[in-house]
Amino acid sequence: MEMAAQPSDTLATLKTESETLKTKLEEERAKLHDVELHQVAEKTEALGQFIMKTRRTLKGHGNKVLCLDWCKDKRRIVSSSQDGKVIVWDAFTTNKEHAVTMPCTWVMACAYAPSGCAVACGGLDNKCSVYPLSLDKNENLAAKKKSVAMHTNYLSACCFTNSDMQILTSSGDGTCALWDVESGQMLQSFHGHAADVLCLDLAPSETGNTFVSGGCDKKSCVWDMRTGQCVQSFETHESDINSVRYYPSGDAFASGSDDATCRLYDLRADREVAIYSKESIIFGASSVDFSLSGRLLFGGYNDYTINVWDVLKGTRVSILFGHENRVSTLRISPDGTAFCSGSWDHTLRVWA
Amino acid sequence: MSNNNASSSSVAVAQRAVKQLRLEAKIRRINVSQAATDLKNFCLQNAHKDPLLVGVPSSDNPFRPPKSCGLL
Repeated sequence: MEMAAQPSDTLATLKTESETLKTKLEEERAKLHDVELHQVAEKTEALGQFIMKTRRTLKGHGNKVLCLDWCKDKRRIVSSSQDGKVIVWDAFTTNKEHAVTMPCTWVMACAYAPSGCAVACGGLDNKCSVYPLSLDKNENLAAKKKSVAMHTNYLSACCFTNSDMQILTSSGDGTCALWDVESGQMLQSFHGHAADVLCLDLAPSETGNTFVSGGCDKKSCVWDMRTGQCVQSFETHESDINSVRYYPSGDAFASGSDDATCRLYDLRADREVAIYSKESIIFGASSVDFSLSGRLLFGGYNDYTINVWDVLKGTRVSILFGHENRVSTLRISPDGTAFCSGSWDHTLRVWA
Repeated sequence: MSNNNASSSSVAVAQRAVKQLRLEAKIRRINVSQAATDLKNFCLQNAHKDPLLVGVPSSDNPFRPPKSCGLL
């Protein structure tokens, strides 16, 4: 056997350097860890009792609801399901306004366009497609479908950037990508995860061109959209990261994981600053979102419940029951007056 | 041959990992105390605008009344 002395020496040296750098990174982060978030919030007034109830139940999917997104008009919701259907609902009246049948089952991702005039979706077809929403209820939406993104494994999440013109996607193929909707061209790809990427969230527009992703490699990564570079990464979860969501100021993000915890990472301190967990919570968190001020963190869990956390104090302020199977997706409405959850029980619930 | 290819791609992966770690090590960080204070202040400053936090009268929340009035 040829003794490839050069490459294996370099590999060993590189691995050592890798370990040294990782240790140094942790040391640098630790130096600035002078206090815990909940200590800073000790004197902050505690939150009172929350009474949030299901105000609407959206029934119509034939199988597990996998994803949902609100329209900017604060009343329409798009949802996608294992049954292959994508439905647009008027959440005030609970009427279904549009329905599209996808050529695949497990439509894991869906998103509303900022204009409200289109929806994007995809899943086991490995693609992200855009459907313009027609005002004519009789028109077959599938006829106008536009294929935008092509991955080499399932589409796990998608979201429009600040306009209808670009879409960000994440995939089971371990990558994220930015696409031009009109041409279907890939504008940028993001490599760095070591396994399936399960979720992503775009930074609030004031914060600039970054997004965060989370994956089966237990890592969350913050990316520069222009260069494709991973600028920060965090590896403190003990299992798959199912959901990531930016804190409203853009200076932090929360993640929900199969390790039954949600965590808060501050981007300027470059570290985890809070863990939201309880011994009694042993099932994974599938989906997280913040209330408008960032004080409340809503988490949908695989034990069918929704836990509401005080972001500053780290305590749970409420637990919501209602779904009859896993909560798989959860989003606050654009004006923060309500939130919607989707579940494996085939329904969506709007809570306020 | 295949040994060489496998080891050279491992080397490439390791080189990328080192490059990435060097980049991440360089970023400027602030104290958790400062970062946490900023997070807290943001929450407090925006609390009054957070309907789920402070609650809004039923008449202002479109989901509270059993059926909505016409909006448009």
